[in-house]
Amino acid sequence: MARITAGIGCSHVPAIGAALDQGKTSEAYWAPVFEGFNWTRDWIAGETPDVVILVYNDHASAFSLDVIPTFAIGCAESYAPADEGWGARPVPIVRGCPDLAWHLAEALILDGFDMAIVNKMDVDHGLTVPLSLMFGQCTAWPVTVIPLAVNVIQYPPPSGRRCYQLGKALRRAVQTFPQDLNVQIWGTGGMSHQLQGPRAGLINSAFDQAFLDDLTRDPNGLASKAHMEYLRYAGSEGIELVMWLVMRGALGQEITELRRFYHVPASNTAVGHIVLQPRSDGDRYEGFAAPGTELGVPDVR
Amino acid sequence: MTFAPEYHDIPGTTVFDGVQCRRGYHLNQFCMSLMDPANRDRFKANEPAYLDEWPLTEAQKAAVLRRDYNGMIAEGGNIYFLAKIGATDSKSFVQIVSTMTGMTVPAYTAMMVGGGRSTQGQLSKRQNALAADESEQ
Repeated sequence: MARITAGIGCSHVPAIGAALDQGKTSEAYWAPVFEGFNWTRDWIAGETPDVVILVYNDHASAFSLDVIPTFAIGCAESYAPADEGWGARPVPIVRGCPDLAWHLAEALILDGFDMAIVNKMDVDHGLTVPLSLMFGQCTAWPVTVIPLAVNVIQYPPPSGRRCYQLGKALRRAVQTFPQDLNVQIWGTGGMSHQLQGPRAGLINSAFDQAFLDDLTRDPNGLASKAHMEYLRYAGSEGIELVMWLVMRGALGQEITELRRFYHVPASNTAVGHIVLQPRSDGDRYEGFAAPGTELGVPDVR
Repeated sequence: MTFAPEYHDIPGTTVFDGVQCRRGYHLNQFCMSLMDPANRDRFKANEPAYLDEWPLTEAQKAAVLRRDYNGMIAEGGNIYFLAKIGATDSKSFVQIVSTMTGMTVPAYTAMMVGGGRSTQGQLSKRQNALAADESEQ
């Protein structure tokens, strides 16, 4: 049986990727950011999953304004790093996990989540910066990845509640996949930031710390937070934080917070990071039969 | 009575909603075309000619040519699309974003290193107006 063994939240600021690619990680400005991820880099080296379900948003790289999927799941064999206007990042091709991805797509759709299925797309900094933060510079990523893209650019994004529920459905779907796979789920983006208009540069550390507290202790309450609150208090781009609720929903109720890090700034943004571990599979959901796992003889009389 | 979404109350902020999407569709799609290196070269070689290939308003074209990011946002641009113009200009996100605040890059960077822009006076136009009225009395 596949199982979700950990959840990671982290920002995906593009300048972090650029700093890494250009060898600036020990500069005074960047050192505190990268040092903040040292613990996790050591930890994940011993806990490397087979698959990462990576919840992120595309930044006008794969999806133009022609088609704007609210939730999209990548089912491809691989994904190339996108050229976002300055050439593609010099990072490895991202290997997909189409067997599990298709299982998740089918299970989620039949469970009430109308996912868009993506068979070909490039992936931008939203997906590759978190991989770089966890695995550093490498010639091949040590994990396969299932990209789960959430629209947070075109208003309105899905509600925090819907994201949290999607996480719960992902947990059910992973647990009905027969192959023994170690799966992590990462929620990325945020924390407070605003990239446009005279209010650009807004940072709200109190909001961010409360978000991290609630993510651990009261995710159900946090899921009720309205879009207006994110926009007003965390900045127009701070609304990316709803993606962390997908991650949290997939971990079950009982979790242990292993690691937390918070730093201002990276470029225009507050950097947040959290590592959460489910305490058990005790709340495993049994009432849902995934496609292809039904047993027995069909009644065809 | 005119309906105005609640997020219009946030100072200095344009939420990219359906109205903005309709207004800026072609502007944003033009930006997206700059993901292709060949298009970036053509744009840099002759910006007005490249812009004329797109059904943009004169105000949109002028804002692009001036690199007036607040102007582009007002004309329906979305920052993640507009960032392709900045990337084509070899500008960082800080260099792009600071232009919208009326601050120099060093002053903006210093503000960010100091913890970012405070929320003080930045949360609600109505609240700011009330506070201004009270201080007059």
